[in-house]
Amino acid sequence: MNPAVLQIRQHLTRPEFELSIDIAVPARGITVLFGPSGCGKTSLLRCVAGLERGARGVVRMAGEAWQDDGARKFLPTWARSLGYVFQEASLFEHLDVRGNLEYGLRRAGNAATADSLRDIIDLLGIGTLLTRRADQLSGGERQRVAIARALATQPRLLLLDEPLASLDHSRRYEIMPWLERMRDTLSTPMLYVTHATDEVARLADHVVVLEQGKVKAAGPLADVFNAHDSPLLFGDETGAVLTGHIAERDERWHLCRAAFAGGSLWLRDVGLSPGSKVRLRVLARDVSLTTSKPQHTSIQNCLPCRVDALVADTHPSQALVRVACGQSLLLARITQRAVAELGLQAGSQVWAQVKSVALIE
Amino acid sequence: MTIDSPALQAILLTIELAGLTTVLLLILATPLAWWLAHTESRWRTVLGAVVALPLVLPPTVLGFYLLVALGPHGPLGQLTQAMGLGLLTFTFSGLLLGSLIYSLPFAVQPLQHAFEAIGTRPMEVAATLRARPLNAFLTVALPMARPGFITAAILTFAHTVGEFGVVLMIGGNIPGKTRVISTQIYGHVEAMEYAQAHWLAGGMVVFSFVVLTGLGLLNRRHRRVLM
Amino acid sequence: MNSRFIVRKVIVQIAFACSVAIQANAAEVNVAVAANFAAPMQQIAAAFTQDTGHAVVLSFAATGSLYAQIVNGAPYQMLLSADRKTPARLEEEGLGLGGTRFTYAVGKLALWSKQPGLVDQEGEVLRTGHFEKIALANPALAPYGAAAVETLTNLELLEQLQPKFVQGESIAQAFQFVATGNAPLGFVALSQIYENGQLTEGSAWIVPASLHAPIKQDAVILANGKDNPAATSFAAFLQSETAIRIICSFGYVCQQQ
Repeated sequence: MNPAVLQIRQHLTRPEFELSIDIAVPARGITVLFGPSGCGKTSLLRCVAGLERGARGVVRMAGEAWQDDGARKFLPTWARSLGYVFQEASLFEHLDVRGNLEYGLRRAGNAATADSLRDIIDLLGIGTLLTRRADQLSGGERQRVAIARALATQPRLLLLDEPLASLDHSRRYEIMPWLERMRDTLSTPMLYVTHATDEVARLADHVVVLEQGKVKAAGPLADVFNAHDSPLLFGDETGAVLTGHIAERDERWHLCRAAFAGGSLWLRDVGLSPGSKVRLRVLARDVSLTTSKPQHTSIQNCLPCRVDALVADTHPSQALVRVACGQSLLLARITQRAVAELGLQAGSQVWAQVKSVALIE
Repeated sequence: MTIDSPALQAILLTIELAGLTTVLLLILATPLAWWLAHTESRWRTVLGAVVALPLVLPPTVLGFYLLVALGPHGPLGQLTQAMGLGLLTFTFSGLLLGSLIYSLPFAVQPLQHAFEAIGTRPMEVAATLRARPLNAFLTVALPMARPGFITAAILTFAHTVGEFGVVLMIGGNIPGKTRVISTQIYGHVEAMEYAQAHWLAGGMVVFSFVVLTGLGLLNRRHRRVLM
Repeated sequence: MNSRFIVRKVIVQIAFACSVAIQANAAEVNVAVAANFAAPMQQIAAAFTQDTGHAVVLSFAATGSLYAQIVNGAPYQMLLSADRKTPARLEEEGLGLGGTRFTYAVGKLALWSKQPGLVDQEGEVLRTGHFEKIALANPALAPYGAAAVETLTNLELLEQLQPKFVQGESIAQAFQFVATGNAPLGFVALSQIYENGQLTEGSAWIVPASLHAPIKQDAVILANGKDNPAATSFAAFLQSETAIRIICSFGYVCQQQ
């Protein structure tokens, strides 16, 4: 069981808006604050950071009171051990990437060291960008630097406010694997604000659903998804993105094989030479599941996987299943009847049949 | 015809006055502009209007009120006398004070606009990176507002060099103390010594042009690096 | 009083706006007037209009500024200068009509303080008084300033007092320095502190005419006013009994010729 580490009880009144929240955030993994725009999720994040003046209540992080109105305690933002990634990267334009990274590092005291910064630079793959200025970075690179800058202070809590919202489609899929890596590598708990369902599906361990300043549902991803009146809406475009490289080409059939962590997929040969890095998009509606290895099928791509989580989809007949294929995750959209007939549950061994793979970019 | 020594004296005095005014005003205007840019107080509009007043008042009027206020019966004059400073009229300090007031909006407004353009976000980012407010101001807001500081410095310096009405009113035309280029030129024109007036005025135009162009180029280069 | 405080160009149109319709032969004259003569001028112009029906348009400024305007084509038909030099120069340059120059007023210099009793009737305060500053008009620009310097030279006090000088660019400004108390005393024009034959406030010493050359103010009809009957008529009026009485009451020398 994952014990709570962050306790948030906040009340904030604004003209035409009221936020009233009481939640506990688990010590590990990503907790997504989900809801439509205007529901108060960003305000809540700002309350936790101490950026929202006028918020009343309690914020307690691992036993340390960041705010406790009863005890008349309020730590200013700079005294709270947190990292904050804003919607726009908000890099300091007068500094280069290294200057941005070291800004927080120098002020964080002993917890952060040059060694840990090197790890973070590796984790987010920004080693080649260090001498660039903010204006010489792409949107995706800027956001990765902003995340690294927030992590560089070795915070006890990482807050992310729609870090992908300002990016276009392909940039979002460029960042997502880095976030997944962070989730799997770091022990730092993360509060992640988004209104995009695919981010919830791919990143969330826990979900808090907000509506009009109040908590509508909260709990582990699967619980919240499976609740009868699941407030989560998944569009047609829900899917997973895999990164890998071209492993071989079959010139006779005009196909090529892309290998990624945990398997490989055949797709149309577009002329890329072996070794080329590629990113693949697999939509949930193009993935079907079988419990035994499929034979005599037209579908060329079959991957052995393990069911990670099951959630209810928009329509009551549908389900979304998250499956782990090696170190990669895929989403499958199948009917609830199929889930029942196959007896799927978390941990089940399945074969994922992938009907269509798209090359991103 | 060459620049004679009274003219040289006036030129040096003008540069000293404009330079000191610029340095002092940038120091004084920075906190004021920051407050104006970020406060939600209802006094903001009032104080903003007060800062802008020297823009609308004719300089001779401003100078006349300064003459009265700094005089022995004026509030400022009584204050300076009580502080043991004596009267500031007809002194370089008095001229400096007049210039500070006269050029105040030219320092405050560019800074205020620069701070407003930066917004609150960079300061919030700095706070989440453990920077205390003053430290965040010095390491983030100030460097980001650099174009604003350059503009403020150019305008304040140029405006003080061209200052005339206030100096005329509270200066007293004392060589080496309160006789600056603009009053020197005025004196030449009134005495119909047009040749000397042309030399000084021409020199002033060239000097101002060079300063403004130079700082403008600096500003542009800096902007290009930033954008 | 305000026109004395702020040297600024004021245009006053005095029209014969009473009950009668404007006479058929009425003309208009544009007169440029030295700022220090503004107050008597308005009275004289009003009297002139009443007498003749001609309108007078007045522009006030420092003499040097008026000269620069005239040289550059300002539409004045007559100049009332604060000195003798400027009308003479204009005549030389062909901008003033030959033979039309005349002295319309002679100024009186006064040492004045706002403080009653500070300035004695003999001007001894210059020798004995403990004051830090003494105001006067810039001698290079203003005849009153030159007269003040001449007076001090004759009293053999110039060297001693020069470090205490604060100079106004015009006699109006020298007056302001003393009126606001920024200078305890100073040389001003008697016309600035004199009303209806007596001192308005403070203490003053009227400097004897023997201590400096007369401060003569000359007028000249300008090339523009050549065929203007109103200009000729106004020049004559300035030397009439009525005008002399007005000028005298404002603290100028009461001349009888």
